[in-house]
Amino acid sequence: MARHIRWTSLGVLALILTGLMLTACGAASTPTTAPPPAATGAATGAATRAATTAVSGGAATTTAPRATTAAVGSAVAGGPTKDVKVGVVLSLTGDSQIYGSPQRQAVQLAVDEINAAGAIPGIKLVPAFEDDAGTKDRGITAFEKLIKTDNVTAIIGPTLSNTAVAAFPVAQQAGVPSLGVSTTANGIVEIGDYIFRDSLAEAQVIPTTIKTAKEKLGLKKVAIIYGIDNAFTKAGYDVFKKACDDNGIQIASTQTYTATDTDYSAQLTAIKGTNPDAIIVSALAEGANIAKQARELGIDAKVTIIGGNGLNSPAYIRNSGPAGEGTIVGAAWNSTNDNAANQKFIAAYKAKYNADPDQFAAQAYTGVYILAEAMKNAGPNVDRKTLRDALAGIKGLATPLGTFSFQADRNADHPPVVQVVKGGKFEVLK
Amino acid sequence: MPDINWSQQLLNGLFAGSAYALFAVGYTLIFGVLDILNLAHQAIYMLGAFCALVLVTGNVAGLGPLPGGMQLPFWLATLLAMLVAGLLGILLDRLAFAPLRKRPDTHFSGMISSIAVALIFEALATWLFLPQRSQFPAGTIRPGAVTLGQGALSYSRVLVIVAALVLVVLLTVLLRFTKLGKAIRAVAENPKAARLLGINVEAIYSFSFFLSSALGGAAGIFYGLAVSRLDPTMGRSVELKGLAVIILGGMGSVPGAVLGGYLLGLTEVLSVALTNTSNYRDAIAFVLLFLILVLRPSGLLGARRVREA
Repeated sequence: MARHIRWTSLGVLALILTGLMLTACGAASTPTTAPPPAATGAATGAATRAATTAVSGGAATTTAPRATTAAVGSAVAGGPTKDVKVGVVLSLTGDSQIYGSPQRQAVQLAVDEINAAGAIPGIKLVPAFEDDAGTKDRGITAFEKLIKTDNVTAIIGPTLSNTAVAAFPVAQQAGVPSLGVSTTANGIVEIGDYIFRDSLAEAQVIPTTIKTAKEKLGLKKVAIIYGIDNAFTKAGYDVFKKACDDNGIQIASTQTYTATDTDYSAQLTAIKGTNPDAIIVSALAEGANIAKQARELGIDAKVTIIGGNGLNSPAYIRNSGPAGEGTIVGAAWNSTNDNAANQKFIAAYKAKYNADPDQFAAQAYTGVYILAEAMKNAGPNVDRKTLRDALAGIKGLATPLGTFSFQADRNADHPPVVQVVKGGKFEVLK
Repeated sequence: MPDINWSQQLLNGLFAGSAYALFAVGYTLIFGVLDILNLAHQAIYMLGAFCALVLVTGNVAGLGPLPGGMQLPFWLATLLAMLVAGLLGILLDRLAFAPLRKRPDTHFSGMISSIAVALIFEALATWLFLPQRSQFPAGTIRPGAVTLGQGALSYSRVLVIVAALVLVVLLTVLLRFTKLGKAIRAVAENPKAARLLGINVEAIYSFSFFLSSALGGAAGIFYGLAVSRLDPTMGRSVELKGLAVIILGGMGSVPGAVLGGYLLGLTEVLSVALTNTSNYRDAIAFVLLFLILVLRPSGLLGARRVREA
C-alpha cells in the first residue's frame, strides 16, 4: 500500500489542476469550425479560414431579399433590403457584466431605431451578440466565430481593453472593421487600420481629470493603487503617473493588486501611512470595494478618490455607497449634456428599459449610429473594405457624446468631462 | 520611507489569516478523512454565502422575493445557511464521491467529479443570483470598528477572526474529545479496520462532509460580508490559496491548516508593509511556501508518512 506517500505529489498535482481549471473555465466554448452558410457567395469555409489577410468583401454580407425585411426598409420603397450582420462582443457574464449589460441594451435600442426608421437605405442591421465573459480567450473565440462562421461585416466591442488587445488582432488579420465602444487603454487602435474606437482613450481623459482635480482640490501628494495583471488598469496607471508628473504632483505610494484579490487592506494601510491628499484608483468593478475598504480603514472622506473609466459607472456608486461620495472620475459622457441627440437617447433608453443609461450605454449606442452612418456613406453594396474607408471618413456627426469625428489614428475626437459623485449621482465637477 | 503602521498591518494579517484558516479547515478535514481533494469546497463556500444573503434580504436576485417576504436577522441566517451548506456537502458526497468509492484509485476520479460538481454549483448560482457582484445590505451587522493601538478593524472583520477562532476550537473539541470525533479519526486512520470495529463508515463520511461544508459555508458568509463582495465565482480566488494553506500546514491536519492560514495571511500582509509595494506579495508568499516544503515535504504539522509495504 503506497497510498500515503502520494499525499504531497497529489497536492502538487492538484495545485496544477486547479490552475488549469481556472484558465479552462474562461474558455468554455470552443472555436467553431463549421463552414459559413452556403448563401454567402464566393468564400467557402475553408477559403475563409485560409484567407486570413484579406477576405473578399462580397462574402461579408448576406443577401436576404425577404418581403418582411423589405417592408422595414422604407427608404428604398419596394427595393430589396439586405441583411448586414454586425457582431457585438460584450462582457455579459462575470465581473464586467456591469458594463456589458447596459451596452447590450443600448446596442439593441440603436439597432431597433435605425431599422425602424430605415436610416440606412437598402440595409437592415442584424446584430449577433456574443459573450466574452470579460476574458481574453472567450473574446478571441467570439471574434473568430463571428468572422468565420457568421460572416459579419463589422464588429462592435469587446467591452474590456484587456480582451481587445487579444481579440482585435483577429479582426485586423481578417480585415473586419471593428469598433471599440468602451476600450480606453493605450495601444488599441495601434493594432491596425481596421481598428476604431468611439471611446475616448484614458490618455485623452485622465490628463484633464488630474489637471482639473489639482485646480479644484489643490492636490500636492497622492497615492496610487492599480490592478497589475490587467491591460486596462495597468495602462490607466501609466497615464495617471504621467499626468501627476506633468502637473508636479508627488506620488507618495504606489500599490498593486491582482484580479483575484478581494481584500485590499494591506495596500490601503500602506497608503494611509503616507497621508495623501487623494487616492488614485485605476481599477474595474473592484474599485467600489477598494473605496469601501479605504473608508473602513479610517481613511478620511477628505482624501478624495480619483478614478479612471472603470469607476465611471452607476454600479460603482451603488456598490460603494457613502464611501464613494466625492469620487472624481473623468468621462467621455455625462447625462446632463443637453445636446439634442443625447436627450433623445436618454429618453428612449429610459422608455425602453426603465433605467438611467450610463456612459457605457451612451458610447455603445453611439457606436451603432457611427456604423450606420458609415454604411449609409458606403452605399448598399457595403463590404468590409468600403465600410472601413467610410468609417475613417466620419466627421462632425451629431451623437449623444457631442459632435463626433475620428482622428487620423482612428481614435475618437470629442471633448471630455470631469465628474464628481454627489448625492449618489455623477455631476459635472465645477 | 513612511512609517509602517504595525498594529494595523498585523490586524490585516490576522484577518486574512483567519479567512484562509476558516476556509482551509473544512478543506483539509475531507482530505484527512477520505484521502481525496474536494475541489467543490470553493463552490460550497460560495453557495453558503449566497444562502445567507438570500435569508437576510428575503430576495433571490434571479427569481425575485421569497414567498412571504421573510427577512431573518444575520446570526439566524448564518446558522441556517451553514446547515444548508452542510446538507449540500452531503449531497456533494453522494453525487461526486460515493459512486466512485468502490472503484480502485478514487483519488483522481473523485477530484475530477468534484470539479464537475463545482461547475454545476457555479452555473446554478449564476442562474439564481445572476452573474454579478452582490453584497450584504448596509446595516446587516453594526457598522463601525474597534481600534487597537494605531489600528482599526471593522466589526465585520472582527467577526471573521472571532468566527475562525470559535469554529476551529469547536471542531478540535469535537475531533479530540467526543465519541463521534474518535470515530472520524478511526475512519481517517483505516476505514477497513473501522468498519470491522462496527463503525458505520458511510455515515462518518456523510457527517464529515456535513461538517466540512458547514465550515466552508461559514467562511464564505463571513468573508463575503467583510469584503462586501459575493459573486458566483468568489470561491475560485480562495481555492488556490486554500490549497496552498493545507499543503503548507500538512495535508489532512486541522491545526496545520490553521497555522498555514495565519502564516500565509501574515506573510502576504507583511510583504506589502515591508516593501511598501504589493508587486512582490504573491511571489514572497509562494517562495516561502516552496522553501517550507523543501525543508518539510509533509508540511508543517503533517505526520511524516512511512512507506507501507
